Amino acid sequence: MSRRITPASRRSLLRGIAIAMLAAIFLAVPEAWATAPICENGATASPTMFAPRSVPAKMILDLSWLVWGICFGIFLIMEGLIILCIFKYRRAKDDDTEAPQIYGSNPIELAWTIVPTLIVFVLFLVSARTIFEIEKTSAPEGSLEITVIGHQWWWEFDYPEYGFVTANELHVPATRDGKRVPIYLTLESNDVIHSFWVPQLGGKTDVVPNHINHLWLEPTMTGTYVGQCAEYCGTQHANMLITVVVHPEEEFEKWVAHQKTEAVDDDTVAVGRDLFQRTACINCHTIRGTVANGTFAPDLTHLMSRSVIGSGVVSNTADNLAIWVYDPQILKPGCRMPSMKLTKKDVTEIVQYLLTLK
Amino acid sequence: MTTLKAQSMTVQAPPEPKSQLLNSGKCGMLCLIVSEIAFFGTLLAVYLFYIGKDPVGTIAPSDVLDVSVAPMKVVFNSIFLLTSSIWITLAVRCLARGNIMGFALWWLLTILFGAEFLVGTGMEWYGLIAVEGLTIRTNLFGSGFFTVVGFHAAHVTIGLFLLSLVFVLTCLGKMHKRHAEKVELLSWYWHFVDGIWIAVFTIVYILGN
Amino acid sequence: MTALDHSGNPLRAKATFLGRMHEWVSTADHKKLGVMYVTTGLLFFLIGGLEATMMRWQLAVPDSSLLSPSDFNRLFTMHGTTMVFLVGMPILLGVANYIIPMQIGARDLAFPRLNAFGFWLFLFGGLLLYFSYFGAQGLYGMGSSPDVGWFAYAPLTERTYSRGHSTDYWILGLLVSSFGSIATGINLITTILTMRCPGMTLMKMPVMVWVMLIDAILIMIAMPPLAAAQVMLLFDRLMGAHFFDVQGGGSAILWQNLFWFFGHPEVYILILPAFAYVSEIIPVFCRKVIFGYPLMVAATVSIGFISLGVWVHHLFALGLSPMVNTIFMGSTMLIAIPTGLKMFNWVGTMIGGKIRFDTPMLFSTGFLALFLIGGLTGVMLSVVPFDWQVSDSYFVVGHFHYVLFGGLVFAIFAAIYYWFPKVTGKMLSETLGKWQFWLLFIGFNLTFGPMHVSGMLGMPRRIYTYHADRGWELWNMLSSIGVLVQIAGVTFFVWNVIQSLRKGKDAGADPWDGWTLEWATTSPPPEYNFEEIPKVYSCRPLWDLKHPEDPDWKYE
Repeated sequence: MSRRITPASRRSLLRGIAIAMLAAIFLAVPEAWATAPICENGATASPTMFAPRSVPAKMILDLSWLVWGICFGIFLIMEGLIILCIFKYRRAKDDDTEAPQIYGSNPIELAWTIVPTLIVFVLFLVSARTIFEIEKTSAPEGSLEITVIGHQWWWEFDYPEYGFVTANELHVPATRDGKRVPIYLTLESNDVIHSFWVPQLGGKTDVVPNHINHLWLEPTMTGTYVGQCAEYCGTQHANMLITVVVHPEEEFEKWVAHQKTEAVDDDTVAVGRDLFQRTACINCHTIRGTVANGTFAPDLTHLMSRSVIGSGVVSNTADNLAIWVYDPQILKPGCRMPSMKLTKKDVTEIVQYLLTLK
Repeated sequence: MTTLKAQSMTVQAPPEPKSQLLNSGKCGMLCLIVSEIAFFGTLLAVYLFYIGKDPVGTIAPSDVLDVSVAPMKVVFNSIFLLTSSIWITLAVRCLARGNIMGFALWWLLTILFGAEFLVGTGMEWYGLIAVEGLTIRTNLFGSGFFTVVGFHAAHVTIGLFLLSLVFVLTCLGKMHKRHAEKVELLSWYWHFVDGIWIAVFTIVYILGN
Repeated sequence: MTALDHSGNPLRAKATFLGRMHEWVSTADHKKLGVMYVTTGLLFFLIGGLEATMMRWQLAVPDSSLLSPSDFNRLFTMHGTTMVFLVGMPILLGVANYIIPMQIGARDLAFPRLNAFGFWLFLFGGLLLYFSYFGAQGLYGMGSSPDVGWFAYAPLTERTYSRGHSTDYWILGLLVSSFGSIATGINLITTILTMRCPGMTLMKMPVMVWVMLIDAILIMIAMPPLAAAQVMLLFDRLMGAHFFDVQGGGSAILWQNLFWFFGHPEVYILILPAFAYVSEIIPVFCRKVIFGYPLMVAATVSIGFISLGVWVHHLFALGLSPMVNTIFMGSTMLIAIPTGLKMFNWVGTMIGGKIRFDTPMLFSTGFLALFLIGGLTGVMLSVVPFDWQVSDSYFVVGHFHYVLFGGLVFAIFAAIYYWFPKVTGKMLSETLGKWQFWLLFIGFNLTFGPMHVSGMLGMPRRIYTYHADRGWELWNMLSSIGVLVQIAGVTFFVWNVIQSLRKGKDAGADPWDGWTLEWATTSPPPEYNFEEIPKVYSCRPLWDLKHPEDPDWKYE
C-alpha cells in the first residue's frame, strides 16, 4: 500500500469502475428480459414483468419502456457530465491557484429548470392516461368475476358464478365463446393486509380488510403463471404463493364441472374419513358432501386437483401430505394450522382419505 | 492563525453589518406550538375521519354530547377556559408595567378558571363513563373522544402546573418586571391550549353530532 | 487567566476516567453532544449492518433455512427501524449540532440543556427498542423484538395479530426518540433564526445552514403526526381502543396515510442533510463558489414544501381512486424538478473547477453518481402503472438504498472525512480512506444494483426465503457477495478512525482551505468556539479574508 498510485493508473481504474458500474446496472435490464425465455404455453422461468401475458400487464410494460428510455437518457447525460468533470477538471499537481469564480448564470439555470419540467409534464400525461385505462372501477362487459380472499397465509378463490370455492390456485379461461375474457377480481381480506401480484398478468393490488378492491386481468395466452403476496402480512408472508392457470375454453369448462361436484365418497378409506370427521379438522376445513364445513382454512373438496399444498410451500404429493398432516409446522413454521398430535397410523389413514379427494 | 479581525484591513471595507433582533425564546415557543398543532391536527383529522363510521346501535355522539340538549355543562366550561386567556393577558401586562400585585391577582384568576375547566372535564368524563357507559373500548367514537379530549386535558394540566409554579414564585416574591418576557411565553402556551380547545369543541361537539 | 492547551482550552489537572465520564454525561456543549450523536449513530450503523448481513446470508441461496421465518422478520424490522431512526436521525442531528453553530458564528445552540435532553431521549429510545430483545417475551412467551416491519402496517400490529409486547417496544422506543428529535429540531430552527453572527442575513447563510433549517422545519412538522399515530396504536394495544382495529370498524388505510404523512417527509429529512454536506464539500474541493446559490435555496425550500404533499405515492397499490393516484403522481414528479436542479448545480460547480480528489470529494462524487440513480428510479416509481408492478418488490429496496445508502451514507462519510480534522485536530488517512471508498462503492453497487433486477423479475420484499424455480438465484447471490465487499470497506473505516485518533497527522485550523466560519477557529475548537464573535459580509467569509482583492460581497 505504500506504492503511490500514479494518476494514469488511477484514471484507468476509475474508467474501469465506471464502465463496470454502467454495465452492471443497465445491462441488467435487457438481461432481465432475456432471462425470461418464452416457454410452452406462455409460461416463463421467472414471474417477470417483461413477459406480459395479459392486456393490463402489456400496457404497463409499454409505458415502462418509455419511462426507462427517458430515465436512461437522463442517466447517460448526467453520469457523462460527472465523469467528464472527473477527468477534465482534475487539478494539476502543481496548480495551487483558485478556479475562476462563477456565481451562476440565469439563462443556464432557467434552461435546466424548464427542460425537466417539460419532460415531467409529458411523462405525467402519458402515465395518467394509462392509470385511467387500467384502474377499472366496475367490471368490464362479459367479464368473469371471482372473489379473492386473503388469509394468513393462503388464498381463497370464490367463484360466485359457479357456486364453489377453491384455494391457492386460480383457474381462469383464456376465452369464452371464442372471445378473450376479462377477469375481474374482487379482493377482500379476512385478517391483515395482503397484496395480489402475478407480474405477468398485471400490477399488484392490495388486499385490505374492511375495504374492497378490484383488479382487472385479461389473459392473452394460456399457461401457468406464478406470483405471490406482495405486502408483508406476518410470519409466513414468503410462502403465500399464487398460481394462476389460464385454460383453453373447453379445458376450463371441464375443470368447472369437476369443481362443482361434491367430494368423492370412497368406502375403502372409511377409516381415514371417520378419523378426519372426528378430529378438529372439520372445524376449519370444508369437504363438500360431508359434515366438514369449516371456513377458516382451505376447502379440501378437490384437494388432489391442486398441485401444491400450504399455499405453494411444497408440491402436493402423498409424502408431503403425510408430513403436513403430522405437523404442518415442519413445512411451514408459524402457519395457523397446529399439529393435531395424531399417531403415525392415523396420519396414514387420513392421508389415504385425502388422496381420494380428486 | 488568521482571525476575522483582519477584515478591517481589507482594501475596501463593506458596510458595517447589523445584528439580529428575533428573540430565541419566542421563536422556540412558536416552534413548539407549531409541532403541537401538527400533533393535535393529526388526532382531530382521525376524529373527523371516523365521524359516523360506527356500527349502528352503539353509543353515538348525539346520544351523549348534544350541545343543544344540555348546553350548560360543556359550553359553560368552555367559557371559563376561553376567558382565562383574557386574564392571563392582563396579568402579563401588569407584570410588564411592574405591578406585581395586579399580576398575582390576574394570574390566580387564570389558574382558577383553568382549574374549573379541568374539573368540568372530569365531571363530564365521570358522567360518560359511569352513567352512560362510554369508555375508550366502547367504539370508534369512544376511542376518538377520550383520546382527543384527554390529550387536551393533559395539556391543560401541564399548563396549570406551570402557571401554579409561577404563582408560587410570585408569592415567594421572586417575580419581577424583568420576568415579563418569560411569563409572556407561558401565556402563549396557554393561548395555544385555548385555541386548540376551540378546534376540539368545533369538531367533537358540533361537527361530530 | 488559566493556561491554555494547544487548542485554546483551559488546561485541567489530568482528569480521572470517572471525571471524564461525568464531563461527557453532564455536558450541554453542542460539540460534545454532536460527537456523542454521531458516535452513537455509527455504533447503531454497525448493528443495523450486522442485521442486514444476516438477512443477505439467508437470502444468498434459495430455500435456505439458516434463519427461522420469525427471526428473519425481526431482523428486517429492526434493520429498517435502526437505520432510519437510530442511524440517519442521530447522525444528521449530530453533524448539525456540531457544525451549524460554528458556521453561523455562534457559541452554542439556542437551548443547550434542551439539546442534551434531546440526545438522551434519543439514546434511551434506541436502547428501549433494543431492550425488546430481552424484555418483550410477554405473557404468551411470544415476541422478542418487533417483527411488524418498520412501517408497522395495521392491523398486523393490533393485539390480535401481534401478541406479546414487541410492538409496544417499537412504539415506545420510537416515541421517546422522536420526542428527542423534535426537541432538537426546534432547537436548530431557533438557533439558525436567532443566533447568526452580525452580517449573516438569511441570504448570506452557507447552503448547509439553509438546508438544515428546512430539514429542522420538516422534523418539527412531520414527526408529531407519527407520534399521534403511534399513541393511537398504543391505546389500541393497551387500552382496547379501536383506531386501527378492523373488526371494530377501524381503518387499515388510515394508518398507512398517517404513517406515510410522516414517512415521506422523513425520507427528505434524511436526504436533505446529504445535500447539505455535499453542498459544502464540492465547492471547497473544486476551488469554486457554489453555482446558483439563490436557486439552491429556492430548490431546498420547494423540496421542503412539496415533500409534505407526496405521501400517497407509497399507497399506489392500495386501490385508491384513479384520480387520487394521478394527483399524487403529479406531486411526486414535481419534486423531481427541484431535486434535479440541485444535481445540475453541483455538476455546474464542478465544471470549470480545479478539483482535488481527496477522500471527502471522492465520497461526494460517489454521492452524485449514486444518488442520481436513486433519483431516477424514484421518478420511475412515481409512474403509477410501473409502481403497480414493482412497489413492495426488491426494485423498491434497490431504489431506496441508492437514495439512503448511496446518497445519505456516502454523504455522511464525506462529511466525516471533511470535518473529522476539525473535531479531533487529526487528519484521517487518505490511503485508507480511498480503500474504503472503492470497496464501499463496488460492494454497494454489487449489492443493490441486482436488486432492481430481482424486483422486476417478481421478487417481493420482506420474504425470508424463495423457491429455486423463480430465476432469482443469480441476483440474490450477487447481492450477498456485495455485502462482503462492503464489510471490508466499513472495516477500513473503523481501522482508519482508530489509527488516526492515535497517530493521525496534525490537521491545523484549516486543512482543506475552507471558506465557512468553522475553519476560522482552532481544531478542535475551544469550548466557546470563537474568541470574538465574527462579522461576515458574504456566504464565504473566509474567502473574503483570503482574497481581500476580490471578495465575494462585491458580487452579492
